[in-house]
Amino acid sequence: MLKSVDVLMVGVGGQGTILASKVLAAAARAAGYDIKVSEIHGMAQRGGSVVTQVRLGEKVYSPLISEGEADVILAFEELEALRWLAYLKPGGTLIINNQQIYPVPVLAGAAEYPQNIIAQIRARGVKVQVLQALDQAIACGNGKAANVVLLGALAQKLPIEEKIWRDALAATVPPRFLEVNNAAFGAGFKS
Amino acid sequence: MKELLSGNAAIARGAYENGITLAAGYPGTPSTEILENLSRYEGVYSEWAPNEKVALEVGIGAAMAGARALVTMKHVGVNVAADPLFTAAYTGVNGGLILVSADDPGMHSSQNEQDNRYYARFAKVALLEPSDSQEAKDMVGLALTISERYDIPVMLRTTTRVAHSQSMVELGEPAVREIKPYGKDVKKNLMVPAFGRLRRVSLAARLARLAEYSENTPLNFIVPGDGKAGVITSGISYQLVREVLPDAAVLKLGMTNPLPVELIKKFAAQVETLFVVEELEPYLEEQIRMLGIKVAGKEFFPDTGEYSQGLLRRCFVKAGVLPVPLQTEDLTAGLPQAPPRPPVLCAGCPHRGVFYTLQRLKLTVTGDIGCYTLGGLPPLEGIDSCVCMGASIGMAHGMDKAVPGLKGRTVAVIGDSTFLHSGITGLLNAVYNNSDSTVIILDNRTTAMTGHQDHPATGRTLMGQAAPEVDITMLCRSLGVKRVEVVDPLDISRLREVIKTETAAPGPSVVIARRPCVLLKREVRPAVTVDQEKCTGCKMCLKLSCPAISVIDSKALVNADACVGCNLCVQVCKTGAMQGGQADA
Repeated sequence: MLKSVDVLMVGVGGQGTILASKVLAAAARAAGYDIKVSEIHGMAQRGGSVVTQVRLGEKVYSPLISEGEADVILAFEELEALRWLAYLKPGGTLIINNQQIYPVPVLAGAAEYPQNIIAQIRARGVKVQVLQALDQAIACGNGKAANVVLLGALAQKLPIEEKIWRDALAATVPPRFLEVNNAAFGAGFKS
Repeated sequence: MKELLSGNAAIARGAYENGITLAAGYPGTPSTEILENLSRYEGVYSEWAPNEKVALEVGIGAAMAGARALVTMKHVGVNVAADPLFTAAYTGVNGGLILVSADDPGMHSSQNEQDNRYYARFAKVALLEPSDSQEAKDMVGLALTISERYDIPVMLRTTTRVAHSQSMVELGEPAVREIKPYGKDVKKNLMVPAFGRLRRVSLAARLARLAEYSENTPLNFIVPGDGKAGVITSGISYQLVREVLPDAAVLKLGMTNPLPVELIKKFAAQVETLFVVEELEPYLEEQIRMLGIKVAGKEFFPDTGEYSQGLLRRCFVKAGVLPVPLQTEDLTAGLPQAPPRPPVLCAGCPHRGVFYTLQRLKLTVTGDIGCYTLGGLPPLEGIDSCVCMGASIGMAHGMDKAVPGLKGRTVAVIGDSTFLHSGITGLLNAVYNNSDSTVIILDNRTTAMTGHQDHPATGRTLMGQAAPEVDITMLCRSLGVKRVEVVDPLDISRLREVIKTETAAPGPSVVIARRPCVLLKREVRPAVTVDQEKCTGCKMCLKLSCPAISVIDSKALVNADACVGCNLCVQVCKTGAMQGGQADA
């Protein structure tokens, strides 16, 4: 059994973090890991900051990832990457979608969206992989599949075979969207 | 076969596998998905009740009749259901009865954090606390056995991290559903004082027998360790402790009322220093201390908020159990602060027009529980208060009566589901006591905040059957409200006129602002566009707090993907720059 891996998925409500965590959990399970998944929802249907935590290992106790312990942060949006960066383990990987979604305080002019987030994080010596997941998903046929592009990039970093990922994707995504999602996964996996 | 299930899905599975035939509840995060999952299993009747008190009464009736019953609610819901709960401990059950209380340490989606373990002790019912999904499922079966064998309701108390975390669960086959015979027994079930006094004595005896069970049940067990620091814990804290102190001896309590006193003493004698680790209140700690056992707890571990292993690690460092960690590099040093991303009313939300109007009219607004509570956040800032389900109407009446300056300037807002939950009695009071208050019922035809659950005015049941729809207008009239107006909240000028008229009018008024939740009924309307020539960058449109609108480089911009064409911004724009959309689709 391979070592334990903690993955934090962060984004904005509506971006598909929960679906992505489902596919990861299904793949990890098929690969023989114990898994715990934790998510927080309830206050609003959409628009808020969303975090899903997936932990895999031989035996997992807590469903939570603590500050400074995530092996990988998969950020669906730049500002959310910044918000959750303290959770990354020293030497951990940040996979980031270069999409910016302005929160309402920014839209209303009450706060500023920080500039050059990716460059600033990189300057801290963090391992960063940047994706244009939205553009890649649109090229695959549907912008909504940006979450699966990101998942493909994550899959590249984890010790789980590609076939297992593909099966997990097929088992989770509705059949009529599978083709687009398979293409999106492939695009992320290669990048 | 194993499946990855949330604690809530596991409880539903446990109900299905263990012969529960009736389930009732009121939606409330983090409890909602239990009934949503359960309603999909065959052989279980499940329903949304208008409030938690009614749900528990339905469960008590079913159990009294001989069926196994499950009742679900969030922690604050138990406050509503407390009245029948306390007497249900006296009558006991016939078929097993479980009350799920889903508590929310950290207040991820609640107005307070209350530790409902005290309710179990206060109401004198048995209490079980699962720490993962497998335990959640297994404890449903054990709770039913306990309930039937000891003739007592059982509270199954989860917290958000058990309810909404997923872990592996071994699935079993459903048991044969049996209904126990019912026989009239007034001494047991009719709680007039003479019989109640007998059942009070019986309850003490039942609890004493249950305390013996608690000593020997597999729900309470010791994980052997190195004998130095020992930890007594329950619920999710158990998982955190196992991770933070992998070598420590742990007494894991799955049954926390009544407590296994002898087992606790035995464990305490095995370890050098004893800690209690529990989220929220010192529920276990105080009881253990009362046994004369020296124990450390809240002096190291906080009594507010949610625990994590990071937090526990810091606490155990402070307690001298773990070594001081080496300083690691702070990845975030020197980086800018991320601005907050608060949840907001959806683009096209029908409540937006109401809060915009209330704020423009500078009224004092007592609020209630639902998505629309978000209308209190900037820049809408259309609500002054939020206390509990149904409180808005009584509070508006109280303000109006007590403070002359607020007369005619105070309105209550309440959602349709919340009005049916506990607003009706408040409105009845307003009518009876000659209130001048105005109540705005934000009728979006669903229980939106928890994910679109049905209620008595939606025309459908939890199990998908057609149901009669309460006519809220007629209901208000029948309570004695003479002034009832129905308006479209997306028609701002009419809404404004109606609110002005009704707040000025003497006597109680009800304004029903009716339009379905934007996520419930997708109307295809063209997105709003901005005429760049006409836009002066005045930012009036931003006052709507619509996530589809921004003003960049002094010009308004509408995100066509997010805009649903509700037309509110078109009405608000003073220069005529916002165009398109349509309100009356």
